[in-house]
Amino acid sequence: MEVKKLNLTLNIWRQKNANSVGSFAEYKVQVSPDASFLEMLDEINDSLEVKGEEAIHFESDCREGICGTCGLVINGQPHGPLPKIATCQLHMRNFKDGETIWVEPFRAKAFPVIKDLMVDRSGFDKILYAGGYVSFNTGGAPDGNAIPISKEISSLAMDAAACIGCGACVAACKNASAMLFVSAKVSQYALLPQGQPERYRRVEQMVAVMDELGFGSCTNTYACEAECPKGISVTNIARMNRDFMMAKIKSKEVEV
Amino acid sequence: MTKLDSKIPEGNISEKWTNHKFNMKLVNPSNKRKFDIIVVGTGLAGASAAATLGELGYNVKAFTFHDSARRAHSIAAQGGINAAKDYQNDGDSTYRLFYDTIKGGDFRAREANVYRLAEVSSNIIDQCVAQGVPFAREYGGLLDNRSFGGAQVSRTFYARGQTGQQLLLGAVSSLNRQIDIGSVKLFTRREMLDVVIIDGLARGIVVRNLLTGEIEKHSAHAVVLATGGYANVFFLSTNAMNCNATAIWRAHKRGAFFANPCYTQIHPTCIPLHGDAQSKLTLMSESLRNDGRIWVSKKKNDMRNPNDIPEAERDYYLERKYPSYGNLAPRDISSRAAKEVCDEGRGAKGGNAVYLDFSESINRLGQKVIEERYGNLFDMYQNINGENPYKSPMMIYPAPHYVMGGLWVDYNLMSSVPGLFVLGEANFSDHGANRLGASALMQGLADGYFVIPYTMGDYLATTKPVAIKTDHPEFEKVASGVRDLTNKLMSVKGKRTVDDIHKQLGRIMWNKVGMARHEKGLKEAIAEIRELKAEFWKNVTIPGSGNDVNQTLERAGRLADYFELGELIATDALDRNESCGAHFRVEHQFEDGEAKRNDENYSYVAAWEFTGENKWNLHKEELKFEYLKLAVRSYK
Repeated sequence: MEVKKLNLTLNIWRQKNANSVGSFAEYKVQVSPDASFLEMLDEINDSLEVKGEEAIHFESDCREGICGTCGLVINGQPHGPLPKIATCQLHMRNFKDGETIWVEPFRAKAFPVIKDLMVDRSGFDKILYAGGYVSFNTGGAPDGNAIPISKEISSLAMDAAACIGCGACVAACKNASAMLFVSAKVSQYALLPQGQPERYRRVEQMVAVMDELGFGSCTNTYACEAECPKGISVTNIARMNRDFMMAKIKSKEVEV
Repeated sequence: MTKLDSKIPEGNISEKWTNHKFNMKLVNPSNKRKFDIIVVGTGLAGASAAATLGELGYNVKAFTFHDSARRAHSIAAQGGINAAKDYQNDGDSTYRLFYDTIKGGDFRAREANVYRLAEVSSNIIDQCVAQGVPFAREYGGLLDNRSFGGAQVSRTFYARGQTGQQLLLGAVSSLNRQIDIGSVKLFTRREMLDVVIIDGLARGIVVRNLLTGEIEKHSAHAVVLATGGYANVFFLSTNAMNCNATAIWRAHKRGAFFANPCYTQIHPTCIPLHGDAQSKLTLMSESLRNDGRIWVSKKKNDMRNPNDIPEAERDYYLERKYPSYGNLAPRDISSRAAKEVCDEGRGAKGGNAVYLDFSESINRLGQKVIEERYGNLFDMYQNINGENPYKSPMMIYPAPHYVMGGLWVDYNLMSSVPGLFVLGEANFSDHGANRLGASALMQGLADGYFVIPYTMGDYLATTKPVAIKTDHPEFEKVASGVRDLTNKLMSVKGKRTVDDIHKQLGRIMWNKVGMARHEKGLKEAIAEIRELKAEFWKNVTIPGSGNDVNQTLERAGRLADYFELGELIATDALDRNESCGAHFRVEHQFEDGEAKRNDENYSYVAAWEFTGENKWNLHKEELKFEYLKLAVRSYK
């Protein structure tokens, strides 16, 4: 079964390192519609390497949409034109023969470019270090069924926990806000009984680090939800805001 | 010469671990902070080990080549994690999980290790729940279970089709807490390229900083490798792009024995190949076999659309051949059965694929229930294939997925190099010749949360907390060896790309060291691998610099190790002149095509000692079955 290949023009962002000035470079390719977007980049890289030219650097790992390593802005959209998928799951059959495609890294002050399409998203982890956990040592856990958790609550917690930490929400936001990412983690624990003891402390600490790292504020454009490959809902942001306010009220009481 | 001592404790199997925990030496709390431990890899095994050792008070240095601990490939595990909780009241027990795992592994695993795994399995679930892992629940609020291959009970816990993700995020959350506290220091974007051994003890590692190209030296009183498996030796596998064998391979070349390398698992339900540009294969969780039925046409080269093939002309070959397990037959058996029907020309549209059909379940349960159970997997299938699996059956084919082989470890998870421990998929310990579904997550977390915290203390208690410094000449020697290797790779300046050569190696491995192996093919494979390796060192091209981010160089270093590992896999497969589990030698089968074991001659762990280029010594660890009777594995 011979499938007709697509002829495409790609304009891909090339940047030697964090301190150099980047620019778009043009590549003409022929690609099978069954190939994934990243496999197309693999093919371009193969053709560059044969000529002794440096490969276009981009990150990817699982290529199943779950590790959150990949992330490109394709024609202006983080993870490309299809809803609810990561870049690695985008296949070329979604593009038309003769099309021109623009490929850029995620752009945000808090995500500096490392090389070409690679960016540094370590800020996300710094936010997690500040409180994205239940303080609990290994051993001594009660039986898993000791605390019943309703299917609805557990399901809502799972919806929030499905975040893959890719950073598309930040890249999509005009303010480069990390609210969707942070609120997903805050919500997971705020919903579950296990997260209650540290509920307010957690949200305060995580938000403080988020602000320190230069992520922007949320102005409710919902661009983050629209581009999220896992469909994380902005209701998590509302939940986090409520908890954050409650935390402020409660901490004042303690201070007085 | 090192002698293999598995250090299995005395006593009844159900008391071995309990007794051993009591008999092991302890490090007192104020001495713990005097010990440094390096943990390489932050998947389920590595993250859980690093977090737990940090909680205990050791100084832990954790390393990952990712930008974040939470990207490790454990995250992609879909289906679930086994535990002998018997919440379903369906006859499960520690002993049954132990039995199923030994039998699933075709009687090629250590009884004592597997029993311990079954024993701690329940604690893992409790631990994860306490961390806030959102496991699936029943309406009454209790934990839900489903079934997996090779078991007749429902003991698999899950979080939608993202169980690995949730367990890893749980383990990494514990790790993050220790990072915040300061007991763990995490080094991201570092790839381990060698291990440093001083006076016979593992004392540190040498890593490459992937952002700067700098070769760094890190010291410790013990080193833990939890760096996953090597299925990418086949180029196309379900592993992530960056999964590799380099850490364990370089440790092997420094003296750690490599056990059962030929036990490579081919998973039955993956999305078939689409073309030459394919970079990896995608797994469709085994849990789909709970509700999906596998079939092919009874006719050869049947080009009809699957929905046009009438019921009477379909062959539900797993249900036909294995009526008691049906579509939930273990992975090795299901994969071979798929290959067999495709080799007969009965694959989907005459090609290399079989149908996985949900129409019966959708009719019985409704689409909504199926969506709830497997929605994300169905979406994933549709993204990749462009077809709607609610409407027409999925097409699937086996693909390399997991390796049971790995570095040899004793009962304490210590390799043949004192002070070098190996956890998770990187070791060989618990799955014998075939791993059952939902058991990899169980083993990774068992090793990290519940085994290494004890056995590490026992080891460190016998050593003195002397300062280990990276200015020791051995560190510089190893580091300069690593620098030389980088320079050697960069200076080849040939014509063929890393991927091009890797794909060729993958074809050799898949065709001759894959699902069906025979003497002639294995010997050819060894010769071809050596030839390809020689070509690689003469003709590979790696543009860019060694002192900068260079993804091509990273891949080249890993490929250099795959040639040697590929040869060892073939060598081991050649030595093991029997069929067992995932290792199928066509010379050894029953008339109906089932694997024929040879217990008299091959009931051993093959532990290979590296003695020089293309040279290994075989050490045999006899497997004793005192509790379970060696029997022909039957799922009929």
